[in-house]
Amino acid sequence: MWEYTDKVRDHFFNPRNVGEIENADGVGEVGSLACGDALKLTFKLDKDGRIADAKFKTFGCASAIATSSVLTELIRGKTLDEAMNVTNKDIADYLGGLPEQKMHCSVMGREALEAAIANYQGGEVKKHELEGHVVCTCFGVTDVEIERVVRENDLTTVEQVTNYCKAGGGCGGCHGEIEKIIERIQGEKVAPHAPPVPRKGKKLTNIQKMQLIQQTINEQIRPALRAHGGNIELIDIEGDKVTVAFRGMCAQCHLAEFTMKDVVETKLREFVSEDIVVEEDKDSVEEGHVHKG
Amino acid sequence: MQTIYFDNNATTRVADEVFEVMQPYFCELYGNPSSMHTFGGQVGVRVREAREQVAALLGCHPGEVIFTSCGTESDSTAILGTLAAVPHRRKVITTRVEHPAVLTVCRDLENRGYHVIELGVDKQGRLDLDELESLLDDDTAIVTVMAANNETGTIFPIERIAEMVTERGITFHTDAVQIVGKVPLNLSETPIHLLSLSGHKLHAAKGVGVLYVRKGTRIAPFLLGGHQEGGRRAGTENVPGIVGLGKACELAARYMDDENTRVKALRDKLESAILAGCPDSRINGDPENRLPNTTNISFEYIEGEAILLMLDRFGICASSGSACTSGSLEPSHVLRAMGVPFTAAHGSIRYSLSRYNTEDEVDFTIEKMPQIIERLRELSPFVGQVSV
Repeated sequence: MWEYTDKVRDHFFNPRNVGEIENADGVGEVGSLACGDALKLTFKLDKDGRIADAKFKTFGCASAIATSSVLTELIRGKTLDEAMNVTNKDIADYLGGLPEQKMHCSVMGREALEAAIANYQGGEVKKHELEGHVVCTCFGVTDVEIERVVRENDLTTVEQVTNYCKAGGGCGGCHGEIEKIIERIQGEKVAPHAPPVPRKGKKLTNIQKMQLIQQTINEQIRPALRAHGGNIELIDIEGDKVTVAFRGMCAQCHLAEFTMKDVVETKLREFVSEDIVVEEDKDSVEEGHVHKG
Repeated sequence: MQTIYFDNNATTRVADEVFEVMQPYFCELYGNPSSMHTFGGQVGVRVREAREQVAALLGCHPGEVIFTSCGTESDSTAILGTLAAVPHRRKVITTRVEHPAVLTVCRDLENRGYHVIELGVDKQGRLDLDELESLLDDDTAIVTVMAANNETGTIFPIERIAEMVTERGITFHTDAVQIVGKVPLNLSETPIHLLSLSGHKLHAAKGVGVLYVRKGTRIAPFLLGGHQEGGRRAGTENVPGIVGLGKACELAARYMDDENTRVKALRDKLESAILAGCPDSRINGDPENRLPNTTNISFEYIEGEAILLMLDRFGICASSGSACTSGSLEPSHVLRAMGVPFTAAHGSIRYSLSRYNTEDEVDFTIEKMPQIIERLRELSPFVGQVSV
């Protein structure tokens, strides 16, 4: 059971400003049914350019509904410039805090607000626009969004990033990339975590190299393949030659534009050694499996 | 406020009769069953009796019952113990809808170089037995398939699967945590090798489980130490838990008819009234082959955690396959494996009844559900957007 504050419970059971404003000045929509939460925010300005009325409709859990309700309360009476300064932290603080795993609800509120203001200013942008390149394909989160929650909320771990914007909460295939974003922004602040085996760059013993290859496949490659119904099996390692076999649906997965072999090779070169060469073991490929290179 | 407990697939209340037989084993009969003195020895006698009571419910020999600490331990022991006993075999077959106690173990095995195959299910959550048959080979170490699904209540034909698998000299394990006590089993009539059950799912206490190991099954011990449980599971016995589980099994046999008549009728009433009272709702699972106490219903356009909180205000306890309730971001792996659309998976609610539920409780819930669903749909941006 989540530990919700009385404020969260109040705004969930008695949400303020539910509905949709007709002929709204700004409309912002974020999230989707697939993601598990979605918010449609509408507002109307008064003659002084202040938000006279704001209403919401939300699909989601108790904290998604409560944060939406608070958002409408927070922005009423504000100018658009003032409203733009409302952060996800303001929303969470107003509620007396949210469970860590629910912080993404407050971020959704802030994104809906931005989308609605952009809609008012630009006229056309209704949906929350994706900026940057998509890091988390499961939830469609870009590097720009990840960087922003890391900066605004001073995040230092992948788990926190997942809690705040969902990135990394699906197959887990992007954890490496999220880690790099955190390291880039937080630098020194990120607690140096001792990897169980030496990372790339050091001279590896054969056993260390084999473990690192296995670990890289387990953590960096398999989750992404799994998410698309595929899988990978490590068949053999001889020196720098790594033999793998692909299973399942990888012929139809999103990565089909590259050969799977290249994807694996790139990851292994990045995490283990530049000299790695990957070969596909065609003999052990399951019957009926067509791999389009 | 009264509590209406419809979450019996999560855990059950300890039966009064069970609690009563457990009590002396804390402060009075606290001896160690392994001790030589009469004081401990009398406790050993009660553990043996409990073993017989469990065996009677399962239709097996008492020597085939190993007491463990929980269903999860039984599952881990069954899978890892089998693999240790047949180290030359590297293939493991399971299903995509298993409980995490099995699925997480199998996925970890994959990381350790095993070839793991997860069988898919159809829209009703049923397995394709021909597919399973085609995958069995000399490299297969174990097939582990649950007896009944915890989320949807869908029952798998484990007797048929066991025959198919064991015929080829492959070990068959079933996680029967949800089915024991709800549907009669007779292990003497099936070739199942290994079966897990959990005490707290059938009105015994938490902290006790069983792994049934058919005589002659090769399995390596999991916990090493003393000679308890024939050396197959070391550790001083959880005596109160075991004695209580024995009693719970005896009671389960006695109430089996009630479970499949009165409890089932209550479930059916709850289910049909909710479906009739709430538009855009649907059952998840196989209505033909289902536990008598479970119904899993999806409500379109709204989210499960919000429904649960609304129910909670009326004292009604249920659970959801929504992502938000689990702390993960993905909705139920069971519903997703069945191809239930995200829209419905996020809004799924499981009601699981027991013999302690009453018609009044069902009626009260039937009365409250439509207003909860309607209220949340008023908040949802998707209602009205999608043509109904």
